[in-house]
Amino acid sequence: MQLQLQYFLLLAAALFCIGIYGLITSRNAVRVLMSIELLLNAVNLNLMGFSNFIDPQEIKGQVFTVFVITVAAAEAAVGLAIVLSIYRNRDTVDMEQFNLLKW
Amino acid sequence: MNLAEGVQIVSFGILSVMMIGSALGVVLLTNIVYSAFLLGGVFISIAGLYILLNADFVAAAQVVIYVGAVNVLILFAIMLVNKREDFAPIANRWIRQGATALVCLGLFALLSTMVLATRWSVYTGPAVIGDSSVVQIGQHFFTDFLLPFELASVLLLMAMVGAIILARRDYIPDELMPQDTQAIAASTLPERPRELASAGNVTPKAR
Repeated sequence: MQLQLQYFLLLAAALFCIGIYGLITSRNAVRVLMSIELLLNAVNLNLMGFSNFIDPQEIKGQVFTVFVITVAAAEAAVGLAIVLSIYRNRDTVDMEQFNLLKW
Repeated sequence: MNLAEGVQIVSFGILSVMMIGSALGVVLLTNIVYSAFLLGGVFISIAGLYILLNADFVAAAQVVIYVGAVNVLILFAIMLVNKREDFAPIANRWIRQGATALVCLGLFALLSTMVLATRWSVYTGPAVIGDSSVVQIGQHFFTDFLLPFELASVLLLMAMVGAIILARRDYIPDELMPQDTQAIAASTLPERPRELASAGNVTPKAR
């Protein structure tokens, strides 16, 4: 018995589904950002699995993972700044009350 | 990876149980501080899975960037918006949650059938004993991925400037500030204090 590619893909799929569930149902804006981090990590796990099992000579999947980590860090910084700014304006972090775009 | 196969399987099981459990805790717990710390657990176990996948550099980067930077940033944000508020209950919220859970389970079923039904063209050549992954990633960065690499640095700079601009407080010009509050604000930071911002009598636009 050996580690297979399918194990990692199934694990990443489970993490992705948990992240989507949290993204839709959570009401705290910070928790929504945490769910987005979970989604990005699931994608990273997929990329790393493909890189190790399908393309172990030129590990381009790892390069893509590093780029995804970079974009995730930038997204986290900007997203948390937006949450902070909305919190100052609306005095709440409830996602249900962020209806600034509704007319 | 030089570990025996049994050791690999056992550590994969432990890490995956840790990861799924912590991810469920991130999503389902009501206290958001616990969620933030469990998110660190998710990142750590994913770094362990990367080590199982022969990727030492990315595992180290995962620990440094996610656990060291992103998780700390999220904890700071929780600290800054630390307001224990009970969200107003919404009618028929359980329908929403149930529908979302159903959709997520369906998506997982779809993805797992796809994963198990596809014949992956797994590399079966001779075992790769080349450079370490650090050397190879560095060669990729400075030859065929040079332009995305530089663009990523520009993106990080833009994100830094944007985060500072979004999160800083607005300045109030002196001529717009009422006289009695100016005496208070003179001894404090040259920013708009919260009580002045929420007073509502004079809310000048700073920019």
